[in-house]
Amino acid sequence: MAESAKHILNPNNWVNAHADYLFNYAITRVDGEELAKDIVQETFFSGLKGQENFRGQASERTWLVSILKRKIIDHYRKINSAKGKAEVRVNFYQEGDKKGNWIEERVPRSWDNEAEKNLENQELKSALDNCIKNLPEKYRIVFLMKTVQQYETEDICNELGITASNLWVIIHRARHQLRKCLEDNWFAK
Amino acid sequence: MSKGLIINCDEATAICNKNQYKEASLWEKIKLSVHFFICKKCGMYSKQNTIITDACNKHLHKCEAEHKLTEKEKKELQVKVIEKIK
Repeated sequence: MAESAKHILNPNNWVNAHADYLFNYAITRVDGEELAKDIVQETFFSGLKGQENFRGQASERTWLVSILKRKIIDHYRKINSAKGKAEVRVNFYQEGDKKGNWIEERVPRSWDNEAEKNLENQELKSALDNCIKNLPEKYRIVFLMKTVQQYETEDICNELGITASNLWVIIHRARHQLRKCLEDNWFAK
Repeated sequence: MSKGLIINCDEATAICNKNQYKEASLWEKIKLSVHFFICKKCGMYSKQNTIITDACNKHLHKCEAEHKLTEKEKKELQVKVIEKIK
């Protein structure tokens, strides 16, 4: 009886049963379809290699998702170490007496009142989309997970392998960049 | 982060960003209010930040549509997986 309650793996049917689910999961967390596809493929390959580690306590899908999550974290670590540290345009003095104060040319400019009132405008939507597209990958992903998909801070941290303070630094920088971009391209044009 | 009540603009805008998600602590909000009292630039930043949040809420929607692989992509993937099994 206990035997029948145990989950088993059926790799021949993985693509059929889980590829769409895993792809859908990946695409909201990595940049672009190709990358999401690659990560799903790697997940299946790792799953095949690690079949003996499957204990049958969780369902096949849950087990595959846990592998996928690790792949996403790996990818995230890779982009974290490769770039992203130097590319941030700073808005504040980093050193000296003025440390933490606005750098003059980065101070927010006042916005056009009409543009502010007109948030429904479809052209604003395309400006917004463009500015988000221009964010560095890791900023964009964290920003969208938090702002649009409205994940809990803790869930994002677990899924992406970052700390809460990392997350807030990323959000801080993403929103600074986004504000500046929208100011230049829309609100104070 | 400095421990005192007085914070700089970098710290103030960081709290302001966190507050867009209602996750700033009470102490952080107090420091932010004090900062706004002495700094108009951050007051303006904060106001604009709220407008951006509104714009995001209006224009960016949780994508309900499921992303799916095409049949062709699935077939290719299936071939690769089967190869690995052998």
